[in-house]
Amino acid sequence: MPATHTDKAFEQDLRDLREKLLAMGAKVENLIAQSMKALTERDSPLAEKVVAADKDVNRLEVEIDELCRRILALRQPAASDLRLITTALKIVTDLERIGDLAVNIAERSMDLNQVPPLAPYVDTPRLAELAQQQVKKALDAFVSGDVAKAEEVLQGDDLLDALFLKIFNELLAYMMEDSKNIRRATALMFIAKHLERIGDHAMNVAEMVVYMVRGKDIRHPRSRNLPE
Amino acid sequence: MEARELTLRYGTKTAISKISLAILERQVTALIGPSGCGKSTFLRTLNRMNDLIPGTNHTGTILLDSMDIYDRSVDVVDLRRRVGMVFQKSNPFPKSIFENVAYGLRVGGMKDKNELNTRVEKSLRGAALWDEVKDRLNESALGLSGGQQQRLCIARAMAVEPEVLLMDEPASALDPIATAKIEELIHELKAQYTIAIVTHNMQQAARVSDRTAFFYMGELVECGPTEQIFTNPREKRTEDYVTGKFG
Repeated sequence: MPATHTDKAFEQDLRDLREKLLAMGAKVENLIAQSMKALTERDSPLAEKVVAADKDVNRLEVEIDELCRRILALRQPAASDLRLITTALKIVTDLERIGDLAVNIAERSMDLNQVPPLAPYVDTPRLAELAQQQVKKALDAFVSGDVAKAEEVLQGDDLLDALFLKIFNELLAYMMEDSKNIRRATALMFIAKHLERIGDHAMNVAEMVVYMVRGKDIRHPRSRNLPE
Repeated sequence: MEARELTLRYGTKTAISKISLAILERQVTALIGPSGCGKSTFLRTLNRMNDLIPGTNHTGTILLDSMDIYDRSVDVVDLRRRVGMVFQKSNPFPKSIFENVAYGLRVGGMKDKNELNTRVEKSLRGAALWDEVKDRLNESALGLSGGQQQRLCIARAMAVEPEVLLMDEPASALDPIATAKIEELIHELKAQYTIAIVTHNMQQAARVSDRTAFFYMGELVECGPTEQIFTNPREKRTEDYVTGKFG
């Protein structure tokens, strides 16, 4: 059982912060799933719901930022508390961006749902599943302060990149085959790119989790001439 | 200066145990820890202020330029000239501002009026007090504000040109502006002096020091660069203390 803060109000602030981040994380995970369902099941009303639900995510971003500012101003956090706050301030941006990308996927889905499908969606839902898993794993790592899990996320990104490249090449082939495919293929390519970007944001979260737990910033080793 | 395996007892009660800590030259070292952790006791051993308390005994050594300050040959008065001290409560003598600063110099045998004037002005300037008192040097020091009195005590300590300045809660009785002035002064002083400061105010330690040493129950738990102690301490007990998780 870790020691708790003597100041109970401070303890409560930190608990609120974690809970809000988790709630936000759960919401964006859900938005990814829903936006993909809107595509695969050609459910445009569901896509509209995704677009509307994004405002909850945006609101949480503002609330979390505000809570962090308040804690910084009033509590002058140190050590692991300070690392938690700085991590929260960073990952809240990644989570909000993931929400935006889910909205973009939903919007593309609405377009695609109005025309016959180009081909059965196989790899794109698989990519979505991987992206969603990466987000979930990164958030789990944040909650439990689990560096091993964060590192799994960092290593897992190659899989998403490879799958994205595969989808990209397939869609390119469709375009070359028939210029009538270009519109749909481009929309799908955007969706795949959004999913790949979601994976990148999950990686950012995972990197911050490593910082939060270890106090070591592992980002951009090559730019800083650090061993990878 | 450097403590090696220093243990100090009040009678049979161990106040600090096997402390090995280097106070690095021209840096500010902050000593932090909960009440009764031994940080003030440690600070006081550095110029043998604890000698004044009956029943104290110690083992281990404290080196000042490779000289053991507890060696029989050491003149304690000379040691305290080299290692000056500023206390929590400002304690000016009931004398004029000038005489407060000149006191140590006169005791040291300085008689030349011009030389005294020069040294007093230099010390008062060094303590960032000169502009506020230059027109009333002959007035009583007791008429100064708390913050000014504390800076006067720093000027008094500096007048004899010590190598090390020990500060025991130098700003704990001052308002935020006076505190900021003292902290600014500490920043300036470290260009010339080696400083060790005890403070209960962790933010103050974070603001003024280069290195921070965390004491707990008479032991030195951890000492490291201040930034590291406050962002990523190595020891669990340090982490708990700086994040406010004690008792």
